[in-house]
Amino acid sequence: MRFDHRHLLGIEPLRPDEITTILDLSDQYVDFNRRRDKHANALAGLTQINMFFENSTRTQASFELAGKRLGADVMNMSMQASSIKKGETLIDTAMTLNAMHPDLLVVRHPHSGAVDLLAQKVNCAVLNAGDGRHEHPTQALLDALTIRRAKGRLHRLSIAICGDIAHSRVARSNLLLLHKMENRIRLIGPSTLMPAGIDAFGVEIFDDMREGLKGVDVVMMLRLQKERMDGGFIPSEREYYHRYGLDADKLSYAKEDAIVMHPGPMNRGVEIDGTLADDINRSVIQDQVEMGVAVRMAAMDLLARNLRARPTEVIA
Amino acid sequence: MTTTLIHNARLIDPEAGTITPGAVLVEAGKITEVLTQGIDIEDMFRARNISPDRVDAGNAFLAPGIVDIGVKVGEPGERHKESYGSAGQAAAAGGVTTMVTRPDTLPCIDTPEALEFIRRRAMEEAPVNVLPMAALTKGRQGREMTEIGFLMDAGAVAFTDCTHVVSDTKVLSRAMTYARSLGALIIAHPQDPGLSKGASVTSGKFATLRGLPAVSPMAERMGLDRDIALIEMTGVRYHADKITTARALPALERAKANGFDVTAGTSMHHLTLNELDVADYRTFFKVTPPLRSEEDRQAIVEAVRSGLIDIIGSYHSPQDEESKRLPFEEAASGAVGLETMLPVLLRLYHGGELELTTLFRALSYNPARRLGLDCGRIAKGAPADLVLFDADKPIVLDRFKLRSKSKNTPFDGARLQGRVLGTWVGGRRVFEG
Repeated sequence: MRFDHRHLLGIEPLRPDEITTILDLSDQYVDFNRRRDKHANALAGLTQINMFFENSTRTQASFELAGKRLGADVMNMSMQASSIKKGETLIDTAMTLNAMHPDLLVVRHPHSGAVDLLAQKVNCAVLNAGDGRHEHPTQALLDALTIRRAKGRLHRLSIAICGDIAHSRVARSNLLLLHKMENRIRLIGPSTLMPAGIDAFGVEIFDDMREGLKGVDVVMMLRLQKERMDGGFIPSEREYYHRYGLDADKLSYAKEDAIVMHPGPMNRGVEIDGTLADDINRSVIQDQVEMGVAVRMAAMDLLARNLRARPTEVIA
Repeated sequence: MTTTLIHNARLIDPEAGTITPGAVLVEAGKITEVLTQGIDIEDMFRARNISPDRVDAGNAFLAPGIVDIGVKVGEPGERHKESYGSAGQAAAAGGVTTMVTRPDTLPCIDTPEALEFIRRRAMEEAPVNVLPMAALTKGRQGREMTEIGFLMDAGAVAFTDCTHVVSDTKVLSRAMTYARSLGALIIAHPQDPGLSKGASVTSGKFATLRGLPAVSPMAERMGLDRDIALIEMTGVRYHADKITTARALPALERAKANGFDVTAGTSMHHLTLNELDVADYRTFFKVTPPLRSEEDRQAIVEAVRSGLIDIIGSYHSPQDEESKRLPFEEAASGAVGLETMLPVLLRLYHGGELELTTLFRALSYNPARRLGLDCGRIAKGAPADLVLFDADKPIVLDRFKLRSKSKNTPFDGARLQGRVLGTWVGGRRVFEG
């Protein structure tokens, strides 16, 4: 078992065996989390700061819970409300926080690459909780864990990712991870929501959803941001739902045992039919949330092990 | 006035496209003799009764000094980023003998009074020639044309809103028509403003992987196509500041073939770097327009070689650390280039992509001709604006040793070959390296 990264900034730098390492440990934490008594000491004595420059309830709660269950001292900082408004630069914020000696820094930022930039300036472990349209690695890992547990494997599956690919960091990270693990990936969505150059990623692209869903094992839906719905990228919400909203009819083109995933929060009736989302035989959306806590525990545990293995550094 | 003989040099004549061993005699700020083999120099000196100072070039290259169109100096408004003094020192060290400055300052240069101010500042501090450009529209806002006539009287050599595209074609066509009547040169940034809005890289696989807002390379062709239609309509003298994509070249070629008064430039960075150099969000590689694909870079090098693209500039854009040490989308755009342009472009010479004569045609001869200047040549009677350089000397570029106040070069740590040994402006030596 090897995982010798200092930070978790994205899926891109990870090797397939490292992904497997995280998922294997996550499996253990899933069982752990189902116990009545769920308190461990893997992060005892460590300080975890969650820095969210962008609104998030679910991801932040998931990271907070993960840290607390492993015994870390967890602090949440909502950055929209604080110094950023006063004109402090990201690097100044990072230096300030660094001086408080955190051990784990969980960061979400609206700009691609901002978390990488911050990671260069601090001497703790940094976890990317989503940067712009770039990456959201723990989401991809929790999706992978969900798929592996539902399908019994994470290779040679046919997986469809549907919706707003262009603006989605979830899609980027999933694409990279599922590609590394040797799956067949199909991207389904209107061409206005497909990023340029995506055909160079070794994927199949469909603008007809029924065609794209034919015979797939996994259907991953993406959230469509409200601000993209009003004629800018698609003509209207109802036209989008008609062509790209997942309902029972469209899903019938996928394999009979295909699972339905969504990173949440869902827009019922926009990208997914409400009844379908609640169908416990097909939808694994609640499992994803559960896997999320476990995956974040595993990721922080692994980073903390590397952190403890290094001698204490003084910031340059 | 001293007389100087620079001898034992290899003379680069971009006008004739030749490199010949020889010497030049400089008297009263002008080149008075270009001496190649077969002339007895001592005999001539006795006959003319002069004994010039002698500079032994040691077989280095002597070329007409660079005329760099599009230099940003931080005056007025951002003197902490670059002053006329620091920019002038950087220029001298880079073999740039004429800086043609941009009007996109704070406030911008859109009145004769503002122009007077920078001419005075340049006179006080810069050791090289400074020729200012002025804004085409007031406040560079694309609504009303500036006092083009007064500004020309005050010394503006061209009119440009820099990277602000005048999106209202009625405003632009009127400004062009008016400029035409005065014979003024307009320099525009061909880019469709709608398509390129908010973009910080060129669209494609790399942009998608990095999740950065991107612009299609087609936006440049759209901008150029529109401008060419307006040139046809108005007959204005037009220069496209930076052509950086292969797709824009056929349009440029047709415009030239149709006999329009059109020239085009490109930047040192687009000739030597591509989009992948941005790598992990390195903001020193953020320029406007964004770096392009390798195919585009090669096509632009070829267009410089063939002469379709006339002029190469550094588009020297000083930015302080604070404006670059930000997430990529928020970081300021631009790179310094006055001092690094020659050694960086020599990569193209060493890599067999461009001849030295071609480089200096685009760096010195063509820009001088486009602005109606007498320099840019090694010829009897031309101003003695000269650069002497060793094209082979290996260097490792250290950004903190640059003379610019701002150190934002993408070539920090780069291994380059080429070093400026001397720069003369109007016969006066302004740099010795």
